[in-house]
Amino acid sequence: MSSAMVSSAVATAPPTPDVGVEAPEQAHTEVDSRRRGFAAVRRFAVASAAIVAFLALWEIAPRVGLVDPVFLPPFSTVVDAFVELVRTGAMWEHVSASVFRALIGFTIAVGIAIPTGLAIGWYKPVANFLNPILELFRNTAALALLPVFVLILGIGEESKIALVIYACSFPVLLNTISGVRTVDPLLIKSASSLGFSPVRLFQKVVLPAAVPSIFVGIRMAAAASILVLIAAEMVGAKAGLGYLITASQLNFQIPNMYAGIVAIAILGLILNAILVLFERRLSRWRATI
Amino acid sequence: MSEQPKLQIDHVAKRFARRGSRDLFTAIEDVTIDVAPGEFLVLVGPSGCGKSTLLDLLGGLDRPSAGRILLDGKEITGPGLDRGIVFQQYALLPWRTARHNIEFGLEAKGLPRAERRRRAEDYLELVGLAGFGDRYPHELSGGMKQRVAIARSLAFDPEVLLMDEPFAALDAQTRESLQDELLRIWRETRKTILFITHGIDEAVYLGQRVAVLTSRPGRVKTTLDISIDRSGEDVRSSEQFRHYRHEIWTLLHGEVERARAIERETANV
Repeated sequence: MSSAMVSSAVATAPPTPDVGVEAPEQAHTEVDSRRRGFAAVRRFAVASAAIVAFLALWEIAPRVGLVDPVFLPPFSTVVDAFVELVRTGAMWEHVSASVFRALIGFTIAVGIAIPTGLAIGWYKPVANFLNPILELFRNTAALALLPVFVLILGIGEESKIALVIYACSFPVLLNTISGVRTVDPLLIKSASSLGFSPVRLFQKVVLPAAVPSIFVGIRMAAAASILVLIAAEMVGAKAGLGYLITASQLNFQIPNMYAGIVAIAILGLILNAILVLFERRLSRWRATI
Repeated sequence: MSEQPKLQIDHVAKRFARRGSRDLFTAIEDVTIDVAPGEFLVLVGPSGCGKSTLLDLLGGLDRPSAGRILLDGKEITGPGLDRGIVFQQYALLPWRTARHNIEFGLEAKGLPRAERRRRAEDYLELVGLAGFGDRYPHELSGGMKQRVAIARSLAFDPEVLLMDEPFAALDAQTRESLQDELLRIWRETRKTILFITHGIDEAVYLGQRVAVLTSRPGRVKTTLDISIDRSGEDVRSSEQFRHYRHEIWTLLHGEVERARAIERETANV
């Protein structure tokens, strides 16, 4: 009799009645995919139109005398200078000096800030105690501290790397803390009802839940690292993109100065792209990316 | 009832310290319910009847101020895999696929990987989600998410399944189909189920027995045995169904009024 009841229940209730309501993918036809390819080309054209227009303006404005070509050489002249710097190896020297400093500082900062942030976030009293001072430090512009670092660590590599560490630490630290603290309490409740120990709860629920927030901090840190480093190199250095820019300006090699600026822009874009890619790999489960 | 109850809630009370007040707030008072092995018991009550408090006590996440809760004659002292909880908001881990969410409880149990995988597959099939194992929660509809949550709670084979308004966040059609699914799963697995709801229809449709709770503090007002023939079509319109529905409605109506009066009173103070 119980089996009869079971089969009748199955008959009245289709096994997956609400399937497909929100099922996102449908089999797409060839026409569909061609249309999609066309749309991608159009999207690319729209996305690059503004950049092309900007570069065209840069090229034309000095040539027609809208601006003084001595102070703003046409884009093609800057490209020539860029190619020349690459050919002589000078560009590589400056880029590698900057990237080396930025990477060392960034890596040390991330390596320290993530574990510290996890620990602070997990122990609520500690977080409440430390958060105000961390906010204070974060909102103290790192560059304001450059003279302090130079005083203590000298004008060499140490002070620049220390400045990068300082600037990178706070975004990572604060975002890690908030990531740990804003884990959905229901997930914690559900996991503790399964009898997980605090350590395993942390490892299986808190840590993965905090990853997206930690990544926001990491991307902010990456942007900050380049920013403060270039500024530090402008103040005192023998190599690096910041040095290239100020030195070119002082020696009136204006195209080289712009080449250095373009190099910084490209470097920033590449760095961001790498981090976005990495972030996607780590948080493939999220709906919004 | 000659055999030992599966779950005994024995004169349980829970009081909390209230902020800015020296007297304690009594969430539930003197609640006594026995649930027989394999029984489907529904607790229905107005808002403020201490449903969530009772669930926390049953889950072992909190201790009662008075009384005891016994599972198979042994007192509950903490969380454990002998109870599976299904929450209204699913509580699925968004970074895990449906399959890995089901495996979550099995990891707590310490099962080897291959065994976890096999069981997850079985329970995906039980809840009608075979083939959806690799979907992430955001790729599933509300009803499918709740099926995953039910599968997760059943997979580690608890003694009782505790369900906290599990279908309250779903649309009416999905809710009805999941109610049928739940009854089928209950018959197939013969689990003891304690189901908490504020919906009278849901209580009558699902419960073998319905316990009506009072509001503030939560007490058991009455328990009703429900015997309706659920095999026919549109059971919810049958004479029997309407009879039970009205009876519970009458019992609850007074409580809802009383809850409102208390709310007004506390607001005026």
